[in-house]
Amino acid sequence: MIWNPEAECMPTEQRRRLQLAHLKNLVERVYEKVPFYRKKFQQAGITPKDIRSLEDIQKIPFTTKDELRETYPYGLLAVPEAEIEEVHMSSGTTGTPVVDAYTKKDIEVWSESMARTLSMAGTTRNDIIQNAYGYGLFTGGLGVHYGAKLIGANIIPMSSGNTSKQILVMRDFKTTILTCTPSYSLFLAEAAKEEGVDIRSLSLKAGCFGAEPWSENMRKEIEEKLGLDAYDIYGLTEITGPGVSSECEMKNGLHINEDFFYPEVIDPETGKVLPDGAKGELVFTTLVKEGTPLLRYRTRDITFLFHDNCPCGRTTVKMHRLFGRTDDMLIIRGVNVFPSQIEQILMAVEGTDPHYLIVVDRGASHLDELEIMVEVESKFFTDETKGLEIIRSKIEHEIKSKLGISAKIKLVEPKTIERSIGKAKRVIDKRKI
Amino acid sequence: MIIKQISIFLENVAGRLAEVTKLLAKHEINLRAMTIADTADFGILRIVVDQPDKAVKALRDGGFTAKTTEVLAVEVEDRPGGLAKVMEIFQQNHVNIEYLYVSLEKNKDKAVVIFKVEDLKLGEKIVEEHGLGGKVTL
Repeated sequence: MIWNPEAECMPTEQRRRLQLAHLKNLVERVYEKVPFYRKKFQQAGITPKDIRSLEDIQKIPFTTKDELRETYPYGLLAVPEAEIEEVHMSSGTTGTPVVDAYTKKDIEVWSESMARTLSMAGTTRNDIIQNAYGYGLFTGGLGVHYGAKLIGANIIPMSSGNTSKQILVMRDFKTTILTCTPSYSLFLAEAAKEEGVDIRSLSLKAGCFGAEPWSENMRKEIEEKLGLDAYDIYGLTEITGPGVSSECEMKNGLHINEDFFYPEVIDPETGKVLPDGAKGELVFTTLVKEGTPLLRYRTRDITFLFHDNCPCGRTTVKMHRLFGRTDDMLIIRGVNVFPSQIEQILMAVEGTDPHYLIVVDRGASHLDELEIMVEVESKFFTDETKGLEIIRSKIEHEIKSKLGISAKIKLVEPKTIERSIGKAKRVIDKRKI
Repeated sequence: MIIKQISIFLENVAGRLAEVTKLLAKHEINLRAMTIADTADFGILRIVVDQPDKAVKALRDGGFTAKTTEVLAVEVEDRPGGLAKVMEIFQQNHVNIEYLYVSLEKNKDKAVVIFKVEDLKLGEKIVEEHGLGGKVTL
């Protein structure tokens, strides 16, 4: 099902001309309206006139996540504040959120991108979408919602959690399309089994799963346990949220909506642009974004791009399923977490530089489980168990309230966490993804 | 009288207690009292020894988290009602007890009980006033 054949199946040369026109317009807009970018251009010794071909994009300096934080909240706004109709944000390493502000047109582009994504999974106006991505500042919930509205499908805005009700609704309202994180889909399957519901025999036919890394093996498991076709979808708050790219029925790479989001893959060390097939860091330029446009934004996600004359008929460039990240960011139940955030909390609670180890695993529940081993230092050790219990629950509480995730704190003896020469090993990720 | 107690953090792992006792034996430190407070994941071993400063150093050098706390050593008559008498005195004088355990010490017909009290100075004063704080040699 191709939502917009004209855009998605456009001949490559025609699309490149369109992209160039968008790029020129974008560069002029941000140069004029956003002091942050004008300064960047001046430092690089370029003006909008130097962008004459798509290749010229390489003259433009990159934008980083740190810069988004430094300009919080509205430093990158390219329109008057009154034009903003919606704001989303995700957490950053230092607790300063990363903001995406949308104009009316930005919401339209987002809706269009998500309509394409949902259509790739076979969604039509006759479908019933059960949206179990979180509604709120997180882009997953509303992103799917807008795409579904544009298609005219029946959207059930479940949001995340509330598992028993999810199963009840899925059965009684004959859900055909499920949208949630891949790990939550497996959790749902287990929960249904426990409640005596045969999830395979319900009406599910496809699922759009994203917001966390997963694998081919996990796809097989999900398709087997839920009796549906599982599609990988990709996006990030900074760029627009979900809808940046997604899989078609070939399930071989994710088609990028490159008329909106211009992708490059670079060598993360040198910043040099790499050719098709070469693995590197994914970089996006938001060609038509009005509210908070980004030029050459470094996602830190590792993948490669390829053109394969996809049998589905779409001519858009594809990206391989993500291989990992160039930084140490963890995605736990769809929430972005940096080890440095956990370290800051431990330091604040204990008043000392802690030795800790973060262990991420997927247990029998299929959901990410976070355990943090913390060595007990003389400084906060007391002769009573309640003293340690208080510290433990304080850390758990702080992590829950600051990072929005649950962690199990395990107090361990000094020197039990391996010391390594040089950079300490802070994370063990046991998830088989 | 006030004496030094050593607390040691122990993970709930087989053999950890044995390592503590082995270490103390190696340094020729004599155990006079011990008790363990435990939770699902960890325990705290509390001990009274003849050479507390040497013991703490040996334990820390051996990689343990160890800490010294001051506690009360109280002589209690070794007969029915002996502890009850001490507890009644504590109750009447508002000496709140966090925990207690019994030592191996014995002076004639008196047992030595270790008390961790909320207010150590108050506890010591009450013990002295009621003649419960006879010299305890550990």
